[in-house]
Amino acid sequence: MTDIHQQAFQEEARELLCELETALLELESTPADQELIGRVFRAMHTIKGSGAMFGFEDIASFTHNVETVYDLVRNGKMPVTKDLIDLTLSACDQIRKMVEAFDTATVTSDENTEKIVSAFRGLLQDAKAQGGDTLPQGVPLPDSPEPTAVGDLGKEKSLTCRIRFRPHHDIFSYGTNPVLLLKELRDLGVCHIVAHTDAIPELAEIDPESCYAYWDIILTTTQSLNAVRDVFIFAEDNCELKIDVIDEGAAVDEDLDYKKVGEILIERGDLSGEEVKNLLGTQKRIGELLVDSGLIDPGKVESALAEQKHVREIRQKKQAAESAASIRVPAEKLDGLVNMVGELVTLQSRLSQIAGKMADMRLIQIAEDVERLTAEIRDNTMSIRMLPIGTLFSKFQRLVRDLSRDLGKEIVLTTEGEETELDKTVIERLNDPLVHLIRNSIDHGIELPGVREAAGKPGQGHIHLTAEHSGANVFLKIQDDGAGLNIEAIRAKAVEKGLIPPDAVLPEKELFSLIFQPGFSTAQTVTSVSGRGVGMDVVRKSIDTLQGSIEIESIKGQGSTVTLKLPLTLAIIDGLLVKIDEQFFVMPLSIIEECVELSREDVAKAHGKKIAEIRGEIVPYIHLRGHFMMGGNAPLIEQIVTARIDGLRIGFVVDQVVGEYQTVIKTLGRAYRNVVEVSGATILGDGHVALILDLPRLLQKAEMEERIRT
Amino acid sequence: MSKVIMTVDDSASVRQMVCFTLKNAGYTVLEAIDGNDALSKLDGAAVNMVLTDLNMPNLDGIGLIRALRAKTEFKFIPIVLLTTESQAEKKQEGKAAGATGWIVKPFNPEQLLAVIKKVLG
Repeated sequence: MTDIHQQAFQEEARELLCELETALLELESTPADQELIGRVFRAMHTIKGSGAMFGFEDIASFTHNVETVYDLVRNGKMPVTKDLIDLTLSACDQIRKMVEAFDTATVTSDENTEKIVSAFRGLLQDAKAQGGDTLPQGVPLPDSPEPTAVGDLGKEKSLTCRIRFRPHHDIFSYGTNPVLLLKELRDLGVCHIVAHTDAIPELAEIDPESCYAYWDIILTTTQSLNAVRDVFIFAEDNCELKIDVIDEGAAVDEDLDYKKVGEILIERGDLSGEEVKNLLGTQKRIGELLVDSGLIDPGKVESALAEQKHVREIRQKKQAAESAASIRVPAEKLDGLVNMVGELVTLQSRLSQIAGKMADMRLIQIAEDVERLTAEIRDNTMSIRMLPIGTLFSKFQRLVRDLSRDLGKEIVLTTEGEETELDKTVIERLNDPLVHLIRNSIDHGIELPGVREAAGKPGQGHIHLTAEHSGANVFLKIQDDGAGLNIEAIRAKAVEKGLIPPDAVLPEKELFSLIFQPGFSTAQTVTSVSGRGVGMDVVRKSIDTLQGSIEIESIKGQGSTVTLKLPLTLAIIDGLLVKIDEQFFVMPLSIIEECVELSREDVAKAHGKKIAEIRGEIVPYIHLRGHFMMGGNAPLIEQIVTARIDGLRIGFVVDQVVGEYQTVIKTLGRAYRNVVEVSGATILGDGHVALILDLPRLLQKAEMEERIRT
Repeated sequence: MSKVIMTVDDSASVRQMVCFTLKNAGYTVLEAIDGNDALSKLDGAAVNMVLTDLNMPNLDGIGLIRALRAKTEFKFIPIVLLTTESQAEKKQEGKAAGATGWIVKPFNPEQLLAVIKKVLG
């Protein structure tokens, strides 16, 4: 309270006291003058009311006693006596002292106050003794006024209640606007409001000054029930109001499902249990049934449905809030974001290109800033899509336990690097290949306890899963301490299948990679666990589609290790931009080894065979211009881009290597889904479209065509 | 345009406090010292709300409310009564006369604004 208000009150109190004195003295001569009594009462009343408002609580409580007596006098319950006038005059003096004392901050003597107060109380007692039980009570001033719209704050517990607010027709004539009350409820928390219009009469009968609508409100609030009631404090006499608490919100309800619509309507008294039961024989949804049957107004059903929905939402939110300080976002929203970031990256590279051409320092500066920012946005967006791989690993504990028990083996699974993050899509698509690999280890790798002990190893087998970051890749290792791969068996099988000539001398790694060929299985018996050799080539294909690679190392008797190399994300890859006859292509950089020149002389030396000698090694190559049947003339010096696919080196001949290029992958439309050599497309900075080549597939197709030709 | 509120009170200090609070909150304020004064000042003036004291000379709050509700232009505006806690029956009387709500004295500026927001939006 500001000082000006207190000063204003002091001034006013002085005036009032003067007036009071005059009135009292006049009253002494004409004790029955109602007008004078009224003036005295009002003066006391004003001093009391204003005093309390401006911090003069002592004056307010003191004056209250005088006012109470004069209320009786005013109503003719007490006569005006000389004693009363004397007492009131002394009270006036006391009030004046208190008003002045506020300025000088001296404490007024409590004794005098007490004396006058008790004298007034004595008068009240006398009046009471004379009869009349309609006395106003001399209650002390309450510390705080009655509740206004200010509710209890700071209660964390949430409360859900169902409110039916049905204003009387004449509510408008009290200046009450029901819409404001609804708005106030909405400010209290999460609120669903359903308006009922069934009571609105035909137009001809409508009284525009009447309120016909009524409302059902479901409210979840952290405020107390009293705060909710306070909203209607002014309106409670002008409406039918029913507030039921339907959820105290103390504990998180595991069950997200709420009551059935029928139950809600019965609970609200809109419908009887019998009526619902009779209807439930038929097959439709209860809500439709009820409306069809005409038993109930559609608005009531809508309202019950709103309650159902509301409570479910609230419970879901509570669960979400408990689970972590994280937000659940639908995956497609993230995909949308990634798409837009892709567009942004494209746009940014266009900006950089143009800025470079125009050579305007100011523009270049802006372009550089945009580039930096875009890179940050891209990384952030990608990281949002990242999930720790631990979620996947934990699934395998159960798999290992169940499988090893079925097979009579003792195996423990240990994991490392669970916190390593990978793109959500990559993780999802990794599940199946990893299950295959782990099953393989359990079935073929780790021996029975007896065999292991005979070989001097602990009876309990061990599978170790590791994930680790390395640049833009994640390495996943599945290690087991089993028997290892049987090189001789693999070789024999490969020869039998005609995959390699009997006299071929192959390095170990290449022999091992043979097990990824379709239909290759060395298992002596077919088990339910690892099937008929359809596993490994499927694993290979899944990893290929993830732009990853797979490698096996094995030492006989000591175990094997499968290493998966996976890109962090599938949406943006590092690519090598190449050019053939004015067309751009992108090759995934992850499998590319080097680029070398291929001159006309080199081609002539090969005598028509598509091979080149690179660092002493013979490398076969695919001439992409020929493969894609593109016209035009090749330049004198072409480029061979060599890649390692399935442990083999293979070259791809292009006109020109442009350089590394950060590639935002766009999928091709459905019309192109049968095109195997191309995994997608990207838009270059200058607006050109470049196709992204799927090199392993391209190789397969070229090999097939070669076979058909020969 | 800011909303217009009329405050009717025979206590100058209460009027000053109400006036000060409302003006700070962006309302336009008209003042009247009692019911009759209010009625004459309201004649032809457009107000969005009336805040009136209960006990006043000449024409008290209840009488003012009745008079205002009888006029078409004030039939539906919010009218809030300032009362003291000892006047519970007056609260009812005011309500019956057509008061929208009430504020119990003593009150502070926040409470006043909360009530105004409640009835005026």
